[in-house]
Formats: sequence, structure tokens, C-alpha cells
Amino acid sequence: MADQETGTNPLSADLLVVGGGISGITAALEAAEAGRDVILIEKEPYLGGRVAQMYHYFPKLCPPSCGLEINFRRIKDNRKIRTYTLSEVESVNGKPGEFEVKVKKNPRYVNENCTACGLCEAACRTEIDNPFDFGMSKIKAIHLPHLMAYPMRYVLHKDVVKDQSELEDIAKSCPYDSVVLDDEPKTLTFNVGAVVWATGWKPFDASKIENLNFGKYPHIITNMMMERLSAPNGPTSGRILRPGDQKEVKRIAFVQCAGSRDENYLPYCSGVCCMASLKQTTYIREQYPDSEVFVFFIDARTPGRLEDFYMKIQDDENVHITRGKVAEITEVDGGDMKVKAENTLTGEMTETVVDMVVLATGMVPNTKDSPPPFVKLDEYGFIAPGNEQTGIIGSGVVMRPQEVSVSVQDGTAAALKSIIAAARR
Amino acid sequence: MADTNTKLGIYICSGCDIGKAVDIEKLAEIAKSDTKAAICKTNEFLCGGNAIREIREDIEKEGLNRVVIAGCSHRVKTDEFNLNIPGVLIERCNIREQVAWVQKPQDEDTQMMAEDYIRMSAAKAKSSAPPEPFIDEMSKTILVVGGGIAGLNSALDSANAGYDVILVEKEAELGGWLTKFKSTFPKNPPYRELEDSGIEELITKVKEHPKIKIYTSTTIKKTSGQPGQLDITLQNGGDPMEMRVGSIVLATGWKPYDATKLGHLGYGVCQNAITNVQMEEMAKAGDVKRPSDGKPIESIAFIQCAGSRDPDHLPYCSAVCCRVSLKQALYVREQYPDAKIYIIYKDIRTPAQFELFYARIQEDDNIFFTKGEVVNVVEDSNNGVIIDVDETLLGEKIQLKADMVVLATGMVPTTKVEGAQGWLDPAPEPAEEKEDEKAEEQEGEGEAGGEAAGAELGAKILNLTYRQGTDLPTLKYGFPDSHYICFPYETRRTAMYAAGCVRAPMDTYQASHDAAGAAMKAIQSIESLSVGKAIHPRSGDLSFPDFFLQRCTQCKRCTEECPFGSLDEDEKGTPKPNILRCRRCGICMGACPERIISFKNYSVPIISNMIKSIEIPEEDEEKPRVLVFVCENDALPSFDIVGLKRKSYSPYVRLIPVRCLGALNVVWIADALSAGFDGIILVGCKHGDDYQCHYIRGSQLAETRMENVQEKLTQLVLERERVQINTLALTDYDKIPDLINDFMEQIEEIGPNPYKGF
Repeated sequence: MADQETGTNPLSADLLVVGGGISGITAALEAAEAGRDVILIEKEPYLGGRVAQMYHYFPKLCPPSCGLEINFRRIKDNRKIRTYTLSEVESVNGKPGEFEVKVKKNPRYVNENCTACGLCEAACRTEIDNPFDFGMSKIKAIHLPHLMAYPMRYVLHKDVVKDQSELEDIAKSCPYDSVVLDDEPKTLTFNVGAVVWATGWKPFDASKIENLNFGKYPHIITNMMMERLSAPNGPTSGRILRPGDQKEVKRIAFVQCAGSRDENYLPYCSGVCCMASLKQTTYIREQYPDSEVFVFFIDARTPGRLEDFYMKIQDDENVHITRGKVAEITEVDGGDMKVKAENTLTGEMTETVVDMVVLATGMVPNTKDSPPPFVKLDEYGFIAPGNEQTGIIGSGVVMRPQEVSVSVQDGTAAALKSIIAAARR
Repeated sequence: MADTNTKLGIYICSGCDIGKAVDIEKLAEIAKSDTKAAICKTNEFLCGGNAIREIREDIEKEGLNRVVIAGCSHRVKTDEFNLNIPGVLIERCNIREQVAWVQKPQDEDTQMMAEDYIRMSAAKAKSSAPPEPFIDEMSKTILVVGGGIAGLNSALDSANAGYDVILVEKEAELGGWLTKFKSTFPKNPPYRELEDSGIEELITKVKEHPKIKIYTSTTIKKTSGQPGQLDITLQNGGDPMEMRVGSIVLATGWKPYDATKLGHLGYGVCQNAITNVQMEEMAKAGDVKRPSDGKPIESIAFIQCAGSRDPDHLPYCSAVCCRVSLKQALYVREQYPDAKIYIIYKDIRTPAQFELFYARIQEDDNIFFTKGEVVNVVEDSNNGVIIDVDETLLGEKIQLKADMVVLATGMVPTTKVEGAQGWLDPAPEPAEEKEDEKAEEQEGEGEAGGEAAGAELGAKILNLTYRQGTDLPTLKYGFPDSHYICFPYETRRTAMYAAGCVRAPMDTYQASHDAAGAAMKAIQSIESLSVGKAIHPRSGDLSFPDFFLQRCTQCKRCTEECPFGSLDEDEKGTPKPNILRCRRCGICMGACPERIISFKNYSVPIISNMIKSIEIPEEDEEKPRVLVFVCENDALPSFDIVGLKRKSYSPYVRLIPVRCLGALNVVWIADALSAGFDGIILVGCKHGDDYQCHYIRGSQLAETRMENVQEKLTQLVLERERVQINTLALTDYDKIPDLINDFMEQIEEIGPNPYKGF
């Protein structure tokens, strides 16, 4: 069922899933389609999480919205599943079989009357940096989170609109009385048997990596920003142009393990960044047939059948994949970037001048800063194995950095593990 | 089939600029008179609570059983208009995203477009009936095939969730490969120490569980029937045993790549060249030593990717071999503290937290890593090995000598049959041509042929009595899956799911999770089907195909083209439908030349009636008409986005959503052309190796069928360009206006359909 604003309080269900990314959506749906009552909560105003921001999946180079669309249809058609966006867990008490979960639902300031007609957007004058595009575009303070958003409903960032009369204009512009300026946070209470924790990840903060100068030059971006820059619903409608001066990107460097496999930053490997960068080489090569791409890596990690994709990219003679650790990135004339790299085995130093640099940054589990109750984490913030008896079941990247298909597999597994835990009354 | 007692109500929304784009009063008048609706009302906020209450009251008071909601796309306001009243069929008619938001306001053509869409929806509603679920008695027992780590976990999780389980293992003992292994690499923090696999404890739990029945030394002789009613015959030496199960988890695991093919790496040539599996067995036995003479190990080499990432052997990476060799290096270090260990690799692949284990190994001064390609391995006079390596980084050739060498060989899924082609691979070539064609085959785009042939060569694990073959169809390299990104458990046989290394190469941690996932799907499939609901991707759909077999001509197209092997055949070739295997895609309906396959809400007459309800202007009006058949999964949402972005396209097109392009019966094209449509566009999903079709082969089948349509066009002396097929991804919305407008230009050039007015 579509997004819920309220509900009987307290509401009982078999399971509560925290996180509406691909892993959480999967866990919720797989359980609901087996006849279980499920609550799905998500802190953003839309479902889909990280994958909603991506242009293509590897290795098929297909849009994530294709699978999301099927999943959203499954949610809409299923009365066993209730979704709550803009919602976060406040507390969890109890034990497997009888948890009481308090959830804070933050105000959207737009109720279910919204038809996504767009009149409010026209009435709104204040613009903000678009969080969906990592600030690479501006968006009105009242907006649809993105073109394919589910729920297809506007959200108002009320705090940034300083002018009360503008707020009133926004409210008045809606013919359906859907803008609710006095909307307030609500606390909802759920009685559930088990909790699936699928809060996902955030990109490692690349500005912490001293020698790579992210944040200092606009022409160094992260891999997630590259996804937005390539997506048709992104800041440039899919044209890959250099942020700042909009120059066409004909020469580009990918820096692998930016902060990963590095004891100063992330000692672990994020598992997907090699494939992500190889995938992104196709974005550039497809758009600019005369472009040249440089990939600097330690080890190319393309497990299983993903090896086929690596082989395919190696066949492109305009893609230069070199073993090397990037020592420094600096600016040269005209805003181009010089990438200094050291071949870790030969010691040879190379310099490559490019239009733009993409840092393949890793994944930091959101459980690191917001740990779930009862469970044991490892020192990097991932949920360690063997926590299932707590009734809090981890799913997706909160367990291990991993690709989408493994997160889906994890979500499906978490559905069954939570059903088993919930039965332990 | 059309219900003569239909009573139709039409509700037209004027909100969201619809009222500005069209003359609502005129639209309502036309709607009422043309469709003979009992009620036709307009409302400026149709999705609001008051309007919906009014619709409900009308349904109750007036006895409406067909309701057309003309307003926004079916993708939005789903809950609001899902009235959920038994016997009442709701049809959403999109005049917002498909008309008001993409066409010139207050224009004659815009008005005509809205009128047509309402007539089409009314025609569809009147000729459809609310589906009634197919419900039959079902077994909810889960059959788990394979008693390794994946199978044991699947069995235990299913049983713990309350389901009866039958576990079949072909070996005499449970446990699979792990019982032969000494330790596993670390999956627990701090990810540095080797761990016990826990397999013995797992076996005990499975053996002691009252809901699990174990059959060891047993194989499956036959599996027949359909999900919920699968009759299996087990064979274990004695009399065959028959039993009924509901769904299946296939967890038959992997076999090591055949090392005898790796003579260049010393296997079978050097006495002291062994595989990683042999190394593991030796370590488990408690004493690692040189095989030929029992000599203590002073030096040992591990060759990574032995036959893996190699186009001549296994082109893929088996994902775990790097970690296995690191683990085995520790076995040697523990027993021989001074031994030198060489690891020759292409890339070290230790993803996620396993990187910490790699870091720990790198701390060891006696373990040396060399990046390079092994050219040759030969034996020296002392029974040691000499390894020639091309050091890829330094561009040097080096030679290593060691007491023995371990080949890190990869995993081959047990569903892989030597010589059998994956289903998307081309049909097998005659034997003598095969070698030459091999390279080409690997790159060539697949074609939808040869499934029956491939299945004949099936791995004979399940021994299905299905018309399309004995086992789960496989894709590339013999893995039995179909949608390995978004829906990794999907196979092409309903209620049969693969788990563990038979599905993809994986470590034991992942395999045990994977097992739970496959068990979840197995449980879900029988729970859904038992209440008449379809499973993925049309989850929850209650409609199912009905076959009017008296008119069947035994052409076998439906039985051959069903992507899920739903249909069997009798001796005469008459199809035997198995509704519980069916995924409701409608591809059989698209295939049937006799038009005898129908769903209650999707059939040849239903769509034909929609086509007939569209008004075709006279030729002198110069208003061409083009029909667009749109796949509802990806292309249709894409058209919604065009609306959301307020991009316009020609007002002369009319969209008809189809379940899949494969669920398009070519008779509709003939109908449309004889009714005077000037052109037809088909929009579906990408096919080929990286297909995006949710029914695997639907859009590809449509393309094949279109070749026949083109021939028909020639016979009718119509231009071939009048029918065009396109593939579109969901994110290709910006391409849609051009796609349509370019086609309209082409049609203008060709001129009007000469059959117009006949």
C-alpha cells in the first residue's frame, strides 16, 4: 500500500523493516508476499535508496528504475505491506516475538491529497541544493524528490523558506489543500515480532583523503556523483559535463580504492567500486566516442561472471587500465587535473592530465553512526555475523559491502530469518 | 469473455490541468453516448475522499460492475482507486500523463485523443471480467535437493519457519564439500583467524529436526506435475519412493574444474602438482606433505586462476579461490614455520572485510606474492616443480622452483552439462563445426532457439517430465538463473529456486544466507499460489489463461514459446496447461494463431475491441492514426515520465498497454491495418545477452513474429515501414517524443493507409 501518514496507534505487524533501499524493499516484499504483515520505514521522502540515484547497473547496463518500478508495483498492489517515509526508529524495546518500536515520522508538509501536478513548485521561489544530485543542481524548496519517486508526492523543506508569505503562497497554490504548513513530527508505535535492519550505506567522505584534494577542486568528483552526472534525470539531463565550467569530458581518470584498502581510512574493500568504475567508463565512451579513459587500480576485483564485463572493457583500446596508486591530484592550466600515480611494483611514476577525475570511494555502513539496538558490530560499524538470536536481522550493506544482487539476496534471506525470529515467542 | 450484464460507470477528473486541456462537458457527453454508460460524472478532484465516496455509493445504488476512472496514470493514486469491491472491475484511463500533460490545450486533436482513450477503456472494461483466482489443493512441503552447506541451511530455515522439508542427498553422508575441508577463512571480526566451518553442528541440527525428512544416497528419478502438486519419485537402491512436494530448492553445489585439462600447469604431468581441493583434503587428514614421497614442505607455490579467467577453460572468476589459497598458505605455515610460500596471481580478490585477512597474510615474511601469468610447469629431477612465469608488471620472465604446486581451480555448477548450450546461446552446432565456431559463439548474440535441445542434455538432477526439458534451464556457463541483478532467485521454472554455488560462485558465509533466501522464495511461491495469486513478476495477479482446446490445431507454439515451461503436450500435441506453473505473462496468448487463449481481463477480443473503439477520421481530414503497443513494465512508465516532464508528441497516436511485447497477438496488427490505422509502433524491452525483458524472451519473440507481419504487409501491398518495433529502457523517456514524431513524419511521407474507409 502507498505511503501512510498515520495509522492506528499502536499498530501490530509481523515484521518491521528499517530502510527502504533495495535490500529493505526486498525483505519487506518477500515477507509480505508470503502472507506476513509488514511495516517498511524509510528516512528519506522516497523509497529506493542509493540505487535510485544510479544511472545503470553493472554488468547489464540497465537502469535500476526498471527493477524498482516492479517492486513499487508489488508494494502498491499488496495490502500486507505499509510504508512510512520520512520515518526513523526512535527506540526498540522487548524481545524477539514482542518488540515495541517507536518511530518518529518527520513532517512532509504535504499530505496524501498531493497529485504531483506541480503548481506548488511554480509558486515557490526559494531554491536549495538538490541533495539527490549531491548539490550539483538546484531544486525548489517544495519538490518531487526525483522523477521516478515513489511515493509520487511532493515534499517541502519548510525551514529554508524564510518568508512566511511565500509559504502561504505555496499553500494557496494547491487546489487540493495538500500543503499542510502546521504539519508536525509524530511518534508512531508498532508492536512487531522482529526487525530487519537494512539502513544501507553512505559514500566515504572523500575530503578526508588528504592527497586527493577532493573538495578543493570542482573537477574531482566521486563515483556516486558520476552516477548523477550520467543519469537522464540528473543535473545535466545525462550529458556528462564537468561541474563548474560545463566542459565536455573527453579525458577522464578513475582512481580506484580512494580511501579503501587503506588503514588510515577504510581498511576493508568495498567490493563494488572496481565494477562501478568499469561501468562508468562505458558512460563516457558511449557519449564521447573519441574520449580516453584512464583507470588506476591495485587489483581489479570483478568476481564471478562479472569477469566477462572486465574482459569486454579491456577490449576497448581507449580505456587504459593501469596498476598504480594515485599519489596526488593537482590542477593545471584551464582547470584540467594532473594525476600522479605510482606503479606499486615497478616504482615507476606517471603523470596524466585529464578533464575530470572520479574517485572510486567506498561504502560506510550507516550502522556505524546509527547502530541498531542489541546487536554486535565489528570495528568498522558492520553488523557482525551471529546476531540473529537478537531478533534484529541485518540485511544488505550493513552486513558487508556488496553489490545490488547480493543485497537483494540478503533481503530475501532476512525476510525468512526475521519470520523465524518473530515466531520465537 | 464479454459479460452481457455489464453496467458501466465513467468518472472523469478535470483536475491537474485536464479540465484546461479538454472540454470536460463535451467529453462526458461523448463518453456517455458512445459507451452506453449508465452513469458518467465529472469531478475536479476525483481522487479526493468525497469523490471516491460518491463512486462507492453509485456502485452500490446503481449496481455498477464496471467503472472507468479517467484521470491520472494507474501508477499513481493506486490505493485511492483500488476500491476492492468483489465483482466490480476498475479500469484506469490515463488522460492526464497521456493527454492533458503532453498535448496542446483546447485543441480539436487533444479532445479527440481524450475521447478515444475513454472509449478504449470502456471497451476494455465491458469486454473484461474481474478475475477469479485459480485455487487447488496444494502441498506446502519443500523439497531441498543437495545436503551441502546451502541445502542444509535451506532445509533448517524452512523447517524452523514451520514447513515440512524433504532433503535429498546423493552421497551417503550429509555435509558436502565442507566435511572434506579443514577450516574456513575468517568471517567473524577481527577477520584474521581461520575458523571451524560449523558443518558438523549444522548436520546434527538438521538430523534432529522433526520436520525434516532426510534421504541420503538418493537421487530423483522423476518430478512431474506443477508447483504445489509436484510428484517426485526418489531412488536409493530399493523400491522407488513416491511423494508430493510444493516447491523446490536446488542446492546441488559445484564440482571442481577438471584439472586434467590443465597439463600446462603441471597437473597430471608433475607428481607434485595438486588441486586446492586435494590440498584441503590433505590438510583435513592432518598432515600436509609432498604427495610423491611424503617429504616435508620447504617451498610451495600456489597458482591462482588455474583454468579460471581463461577463455579456453572457465572464462569467469570463481570468487573464492584467492581466499582459499591464502587460507591454505596458513596451513603450510602452521606445520612448517620456515617454509617459503609463493602465490602467483592475476589480481588478489578479497572483497569486503576479507581484505583484513589478506592484510594479515601480507604481514608474513615467508609468503611471497607474484603478479604474473604462469606459462608452464614442469618437473625437475628431484620431483619438485619448475614454474615459468611471465611477470606482467616488470615484463620479465622468471622461474620459480618449489617442492610442490597447488592449482587454485575454480567451481563449475552441477547444472552445467558438458557440450550443452545455455539457453540464450545459439543452438548446438553439428559436432565437427563446433570447435571452429566456439569463439564466435561466445560473443554472438543469443537467439531464442534450441531450448528443447539444450534441455535434452539437461543435468538430470530433477528429471522433470516437463515438455521443455528435464532440469532448470541455464544461462551462460551453466548457472540456472534468469535475472541475476534485480531478482537473483528467478529461474525459468516456477517455484524452483537455486541456492549456493550452483547459482553463482560464492563463499560459505554467502551460501548460508543464499540458502535462506531461496527457502524464502520456495515458501512464498506456495503460499501465493495456494491462494490463487501469481508469483513474480506479476505478483498477486489473480488472472490466468483459459484454453479453448476444441479449436486447437496442435501447432505447439504455446508449448514451445512459454518462457516458464508451463505447458506440456499429449501425444497428439495438444497443450496441457498447468496453471500453477503459469506466470500470467500472456506470451502463449500472443503466440496462438487460433486465438483460443484468453485471460478474463486480457485477451484477443478485449484488445481488438479497444482497437475497434478508436475513431478513424476520413482520409481527407488529414488526421492519421497510429497505434502504439506499449510494454506495461518499462515503456509505459516511461511515457508517464514524458507527461510529468510536459514534453509533447503527435496527437495522432493511441497507446495500448500490453503485458509484454510477447503477449501481443499479431492479429491485432492485421485488425488495426484493416481498420484504417496508418501505422503501428511496438515498444518493448531490450533483448539479447543483456536482455531486460521481465519474461526473458518476450520482446525477442515479438521481433521474430514481426518478421512474419512484414511478409504479410508485402502481400497486402502495404509498406513495411508502417510497422516498427522499438526497444526502450525505462529511462529513455527523453527519446519518446522523437521516436513518435519521426515515425509520424515517415507515415506522412508514405501517405494514408489505402484500406481506410473499407
